[in-house]
Amino acid sequence: MADTFGDFLQASVRTATPLALAAYGELVVERAGIINLGLEGAIIAGAFGALVGAGAGGIGAGFAVAMIAGCAATAVVALVVLWLRADAIIAGTAVTMLALGLTGTLYRSLYGAQGAALSVPTLSPQALPLLADVPWLGRALFVQPVITYALYGLAAALWWWMTRTHAGLALRAVGERPVAAFAAGISPVRVQALALLFGGAMGGLAGGVLVLAQVGTFAEGMSSGRGFIAIAIVVLGRWSPLGVAAAALLFGVASQLQYVFQSLGWSVPYQLFLALPYVLTLLALAGTQRRAEAPAALGKPLDDDTR
Amino acid sequence: MRRPGERWAVSAATLLVIVAAVSAILIAGGYDTSRALTALWNGAFGSPYAVLSATLVRATPLLFVGLAVGLAFRAGVLNIGAEGQLLAGATTAAAVGLFLGGFPRPLALPVVLIAGAAAGSAWAGVAAWLKQQFGVLEVISTLMLNFVAAYMVSWAVRGPLQEPTHVYPQTVELADAVRLPALFAGHRLHLGFLLGLALAVALWWFLMHTAAGFRVRAVGAGASAARSAGGINAARTATLVFVASGALAGLGGASEVTGVTFSLYEGISPGYGYSAIAVALLARLHPLAIVATALLFGALESGASAMQRDANVPSVIATVIEALVVLGVLALDHARASRES
Repeated sequence: MADTFGDFLQASVRTATPLALAAYGELVVERAGIINLGLEGAIIAGAFGALVGAGAGGIGAGFAVAMIAGCAATAVVALVVLWLRADAIIAGTAVTMLALGLTGTLYRSLYGAQGAALSVPTLSPQALPLLADVPWLGRALFVQPVITYALYGLAAALWWWMTRTHAGLALRAVGERPVAAFAAGISPVRVQALALLFGGAMGGLAGGVLVLAQVGTFAEGMSSGRGFIAIAIVVLGRWSPLGVAAAALLFGVASQLQYVFQSLGWSVPYQLFLALPYVLTLLALAGTQRRAEAPAALGKPLDDDTR
Repeated sequence: MRRPGERWAVSAATLLVIVAAVSAILIAGGYDTSRALTALWNGAFGSPYAVLSATLVRATPLLFVGLAVGLAFRAGVLNIGAEGQLLAGATTAAAVGLFLGGFPRPLALPVVLIAGAAAGSAWAGVAAWLKQQFGVLEVISTLMLNFVAAYMVSWAVRGPLQEPTHVYPQTVELADAVRLPALFAGHRLHLGFLLGLALAVALWWFLMHTAAGFRVRAVGAGASAARSAGGINAARTATLVFVASGALAGLGGASEVTGVTFSLYEGISPGYGYSAIAVALLARLHPLAIVATALLFGALESGASAMQRDANVPSVIATVIEALVVLGVLALDHARASRES
């Protein structure tokens, strides 16, 4: 029983890792005032990039190409939204469709319909000495691929950067009052562009984790909505770095519960648990808007007088 | 307001860009381009079967969700939940249809369709209510509701609505009484297509020739101006449009279940609700033009299936083209806006 529970927690953290990576990217983007629906596209681009990169130059190259591919996807969003001044929601949706379609087409063209047999080396879990032996949580948190440990460091660094540095303040100012930020000498367009590129790189990294630390190969549409889940995670985490970590873990737990029920022989409709985090997100949304935790300018296009 | 001539020129240019983009991808992929394009054309228009059993059948759900998204965007409501509203409509239509299979068609079928539309509007109504009551961005709420709807279908076809042997995750086939009749013997095209056409004309009439339609357009053009200068209750108008948009998408789901699949299963929609955005935008949100773009995309998607079959070109290329269309429209809008200023 203890083993089952330990497995469950470990699997939950494993599932949460790509979600959290993408969500931290989206957190920065939303703090700058943009909802990036192109994130799903960045993840699938990253996954495909990881396959190509790892095939050519090993795991390190795989992650590098994954991040570049994710960046490229959201660069299109940035271009269309900030330069062509188009609606971010429509542009993001288009980029996601483009990335899903292009990776599917390229995958079949390059590797044929039998591409499923194609596999790349994966990162295996590395136990951290001492920490891994902590009861209950040790195995869940500290017997994971290196990338999960990088995520812990990144989450802490992001919290520090967003709350304690001038650059972090500039980011939040753009998301709250772009006009005021502009008056203070900050370029909202530049901040949003950089935020989108960062968000894309993180989405690409999340896609890279799917291929290089979990599945070991690429499959069409393997992002399977994780970009949209990451958006939910940011909302549920109330736009704070710590909240995002908790919300990502919740989504990870919810998606693993079905296997626990199966192994215990309970016939609980697992879809209800899969849907639960989304319902929670809706409830959280209804609860947060009045307390103004969301960036005030979230989803609003930049005015002409902030350019 | 743009002149009709210019609109046609833009549409023709877009079409040309699409053909060029497809050819470029085909050449880059090393495919036999002429063979692929022939397959694309034949799969979409090459035979009575292609038109009446593939293209128009595929265009029907796109027409419903295209009208749904077009109406919502007209009023500035960013409803990207047509997918979830369609699934809610399909699920409810299947449930009610299973229940009413023994009743005569003139009684049962309208009830099933209305139930689907009602479910779609209820699904959209959740997002509309969250927006009005708590100011929740409809982009996020409709996205969440899409996922909830997909899981709801997944649960329904493995639980309460599953066929009695409990082997397949789907419902039993609907009785004839709750099926939309075919328009041509031996072809799959069904009455839902004509219903969609009628709704497109009705929506056009409503938007262009009624006071309420004018209010919708005014709110979309600028909510605060409509409020202060026109005395329009912008929030109420947006809420009503949101719910009506959900009804259109829900009806699209009901039309698929009662006209094409005759049963409910997961993946009943290959992302119609997302393609709808491309359909509506390419038509510039004009209901009659949405008929044309739904046909175009229906042809594209049927043709792409044929292209995969005959020329081994992955059919997901249709998604690439849809995305390029949207980005192309956005770029054209920018070019026009900067020329005018």
